[in-house]
Amino acid sequence: MRVVQQKFPSTSPAVPRFDVELVSVTKRYDQAVAVDAVSLRIPPASYCCLLGPSGCGKTSTLRMIAGHERVTEGDVLIRDRNVTDLPPARRGTAMMFQSYALFPHLNCLDNVAFSLKMRGIGKAERRGRARELLALVEMNGFAERLPGQLSGGQQQRVALARSLITEPQVLLLDEPLSALDPFLRVRMREELKRLQRELGITFIHVTHSQDEAMALSDLMLVMDQGQVQQVGSPREIFESPASAFVARFIGGHNVVATPQGAVAIRADRCRIGAPGAGPYLTGRVAAVEYQGTVVRVALETQSGEPAAALLPDDAFFARPVRPGEATTLVWSEQDAHRLASAIPPQRTD
Amino acid sequence: MMVGGRTYSAGPGEGRPWTFYALATLFGLFLLFLYGPMLVMYILSFQGPEGGVTFPMVGFSTVWFAEIVKPGQMANIPASFARSIALAAIVSLLTVVFSVAAGLAFRRRFAGSGLLFYLAVASLVMPSLLVGFGIGLGFKAMGWKTGLFTSALGAQLTWTLPFGLFAMFAVVNRFNRAYEEAADDLGANPWQRFRYVTLPILLPGIIGVGMGAFTLSYDEYARTTLVIGERNTLPIEIYALISSASSPMLFAIGTVTTAVSFLIIGLALWRILRLQQRRRGLEAVR
Repeated sequence: MRVVQQKFPSTSPAVPRFDVELVSVTKRYDQAVAVDAVSLRIPPASYCCLLGPSGCGKTSTLRMIAGHERVTEGDVLIRDRNVTDLPPARRGTAMMFQSYALFPHLNCLDNVAFSLKMRGIGKAERRGRARELLALVEMNGFAERLPGQLSGGQQQRVALARSLITEPQVLLLDEPLSALDPFLRVRMREELKRLQRELGITFIHVTHSQDEAMALSDLMLVMDQGQVQQVGSPREIFESPASAFVARFIGGHNVVATPQGAVAIRADRCRIGAPGAGPYLTGRVAAVEYQGTVVRVALETQSGEPAAALLPDDAFFARPVRPGEATTLVWSEQDAHRLASAIPPQRTD
Repeated sequence: MMVGGRTYSAGPGEGRPWTFYALATLFGLFLLFLYGPMLVMYILSFQGPEGGVTFPMVGFSTVWFAEIVKPGQMANIPASFARSIALAAIVSLLTVVFSVAAGLAFRRRFAGSGLLFYLAVASLVMPSLLVGFGIGLGFKAMGWKTGLFTSALGAQLTWTLPFGLFAMFAVVNRFNRAYEEAADDLGANPWQRFRYVTLPILLPGIIGVGMGAFTLSYDEYARTTLVIGERNTLPIEIYALISSASSPMLFAIGTVTTAVSFLIIGLALWRILRLQQRRRGLEAVR
């Protein structure tokens, strides 16, 4: 998607401190807590991903920011303005739904122009503006089509245009890529990121795919059981996961219990071979996956915790192993990242 | 040529099991039972002027159709037909308004929603004749006169409203709430949301409910007969005719009313299919 000189005037003249701020936001359904005192500050013009397994509260959090879900406790601020009790349309947010929710009885042009029609803007003007937005998402050739006549990827572009025509300060995306095939997903991912950068607004993107979150985020929020597990840039989170849950969920890590407590070691820093002076783990090769540039060797360890090594292909084929063979996972001490849960701060070895 | 479609036509050497033929014969007999008598009636309605109410056909004519509208008959068919259509239109409209509202309301639980639901079910189970009888008694007790657009309308609504409500449940069940949330997100107020999003999306189902209520009312007899007042609807007029006299004119009336029913159903189905086709768009083509 190419941005054709798009202007999104900010409503507050001063630069806000945060585009979105959540202050101890809680959502309870009867007795069940879906979102538990989540606090978050998103700096202006950020791409923020809410990542977590299904049922972790990420979608509820997004819907509370959008105003489609009532906040049980806490406050939602958009550009330093408290919007906790405002209806969705008066928050400066726009939401793109997982199913896209394009109105099936309206063609693309009228779908995109819908919000302008609701504001009483004349037909010629709103259609002209809708055409600009359709051009922004490269769907200008589809103005007269009905949503039912479009592919999933095309529907998503139209939904994006419909959200952006309201000139939101924050765009909320609920699992926007989950309905697309893997190839298209990577392409749309790039386009979303480019669009966010070029529009200079904040995108909040809910996903359960760590790849997606890592690829897109300026700021990434890992959630589980209604709580924030870790906030940071993808690199911060990948290099120093806060807990065993985060290390396991973002993948690419081995979580190993040592006498000093749990540690996480990146799988690409692990090797297969004879134990040396450093730490090691014995086990049996469970699977060997050739992945092109790397070979993933999965291990069955005595503790039952799965482990894996990502080996450069030349290193693997220099000394290959086969499923069933007894083997040892080795790593060097400085690659072991201590996990937060009750670990003494100093090293004892 | 069909591509990818699975066809079940029997290839050479693989005949159908005998049960297929047994069940097909049974089904054929059922169709004959269902439509045979009606077919006989349609044919006999074109009986010649000298012919009677049974076969053989003595010539072929449309005099019995002309007879329907001829003044000075025992029954005033055109007038009662007009009354039936007017009543059915009002019943249909009221049923649509109330069942759409109720269908949308029942999406969430509210105080008394369970009780209301069971009351609606009960109204469907109650013997029709007794419902009419009860309404008639009620009107008498209150000292009101029974009539077409008062007691008869009410009696028919006791039948069409629960029907409309159940039909709307099925329609509303398939409605994705995200459409309404999207409308909220795009700044629609509640009325705009209903007018521009909910109503158009539900329209095919709503037309179906309206059509159903119309035809239920159009041939309603049991609930209406005791509360109709002085001016009859078509089914009651026909019943009076059947019990007092019989000529091929009765068959002509049957043919005309059937045609009207089919016309209404056909129009509604055509409209629904067109709406759905438009929305489904090229999916089928791809």
